[in-house]
Amino acid sequence: MTITIKQLQKGLADKQFSSVEITQDYLNKINQKNIDLNCFISVTGELALKQAASADAVIASGKGSVLTGIPMAHKDIFCTDGVKTSCGSKMLDNFIAPYDATVIEKFNRSGTVMLGKTNLDEFAMGSSNENSFYGSVGNPWDTSRVPGGSSGGSAAAVAARLAPGATGTDTGGSIRQPAALCGITGIKPTYGRVSRYGIVAFGSSLEQAGPFAHTAEDCALLLQSMSGFDPRDSTSVDQAVPNFSVDLNKDIAGLKIGLPKEFFADGLDSDVATVIETAISEFHKLGAEIVDISLPNMGLSIPVYYVVAPAECSSNLSRMDGVRFGHQCENPIDLEDLYKRSRSEGFGEEVKRRIMIGTYALSAGYYDAYYLKAQRLRRLIKQDYVKAFEQVDVILCPTTPEVAFKRGEKTDDPINMYLQDIYTLSLNLAGLPGMSIPAGFSQSMPVGLQLIGNYFEESRILNTAHKFQQVTDWHLKAPEVK
Amino acid sequence: MTLKTEEVRNIAHLARLQINDSNVEQYTNDLSNILNVFKQMKLHDTTNILPMAHPMDATQRLRPDVVSETNQREKFQAVAPDVEQHLYRVPKVIE
Repeated sequence: MTITIKQLQKGLADKQFSSVEITQDYLNKINQKNIDLNCFISVTGELALKQAASADAVIASGKGSVLTGIPMAHKDIFCTDGVKTSCGSKMLDNFIAPYDATVIEKFNRSGTVMLGKTNLDEFAMGSSNENSFYGSVGNPWDTSRVPGGSSGGSAAAVAARLAPGATGTDTGGSIRQPAALCGITGIKPTYGRVSRYGIVAFGSSLEQAGPFAHTAEDCALLLQSMSGFDPRDSTSVDQAVPNFSVDLNKDIAGLKIGLPKEFFADGLDSDVATVIETAISEFHKLGAEIVDISLPNMGLSIPVYYVVAPAECSSNLSRMDGVRFGHQCENPIDLEDLYKRSRSEGFGEEVKRRIMIGTYALSAGYYDAYYLKAQRLRRLIKQDYVKAFEQVDVILCPTTPEVAFKRGEKTDDPINMYLQDIYTLSLNLAGLPGMSIPAGFSQSMPVGLQLIGNYFEESRILNTAHKFQQVTDWHLKAPEVK
Repeated sequence: MTLKTEEVRNIAHLARLQINDSNVEQYTNDLSNILNVFKQMKLHDTTNILPMAHPMDATQRLRPDVVSETNQREKFQAVAPDVEQHLYRVPKVIE
């Protein structure tokens, strides 16, 4: 049974139930199902009920806004004042954030209720949620499979109906890929749309926060609350935020949807391809014009991303020094020993690999050949999209090359794991908005369809997704979680 | 491209990571494999293409030089592993 935020909102307004009641209901479900799924690192029940009670008072006074009293889960990468913010790492296992991220502050102001903090790949580095210090997460459709990553806990929680909405961050696909593998809707907005203040940083020029929910309509509501210029984030873009819900129902007849041939080539599972083709015919029926396009430099996304992201990671994670916060080793003999042992004990394998790759790519003698070269190629990738958007309004492709894989299947092969993000990475390199919506099933597992928009055109992809969800019901299918 | 184990030890040192002798080989293999993926970047000519550091080519904003944050030392040091008299304690650096 799928209950959307829109439905909860109506029920709260009509006094069918209170925020305390629905919050308690979600907490009960989390209590029952989190043991198997492991999608929450912390459940903040007491705080949630307190927030729900204040939300009920606000609603009763007639001063509630659209999200007042709506329970949500937050990825454990957002700093939450007074609540553990682990980022899935042993390094931050003891870290109680001393302030709220802007996104959290905005949700608090909207009156949402925080159910807890969700599991993720350590420091958001991974595509399967298997790199978490707190253990891997089960995909609610089949717990022997991964939920995707890095925001795997948030996606699994929403898919298992343990929360009606959740936050995630997306540095190379970390919202869209788990949304696809768990059969829910998720959007990564344009770079700079949502403040990064208070998000534990990994790839500063790539990452953006965004919401997960069951529908594009709900995502529009959540994204509305998250977006906006923030002077505290130097990468935030000072651009007016439109009302994302206004154009949801706009007719998409005549909308030009581009299909990039590079994203339908070798490597795409044939069953996934069939699901996507069926979805394309739905868009065609809705009156959209389907156009073949080419993004010739997409093959470069993997090498460019895996130079740029680790370079930024090695720089960002240098703040984890074992001195000011986080894990500190026992009895250091000197300062170098303190740094080295604290970091080696605190970080997991994938994080160490990426820090080392980044350190190498930025080191003297290699900077031009790797980092600068990657930054130049990054511009070519962006230019491909700029040219494509002269021809089309929206770009459509699969979100992932295959459905959720088995836990443990790719853990020994980092490069194979990196290939899972082949259709999602280039958007982060270019800074474009993209979303994943459920489009059908293959091997009884959900298939995600990706919609890519031009800069700051989140409204258009939300509109395209909403129209699709009006004529299909893939987004309402729920897994049976024991 | 294949890295030598000595290079991997040096990278680890630069990154202030300690790696055990038993997994130097593994890191050398993994990192070499990743560097091999980077090779295809060389095949593309990028003369006259400017490096792209920000998706919107934005530059850092300036703001008036006025105090905007208050000092919250107590709160921020409450999460530090080892603090004494408002100072972070580390092993002796100068003999």
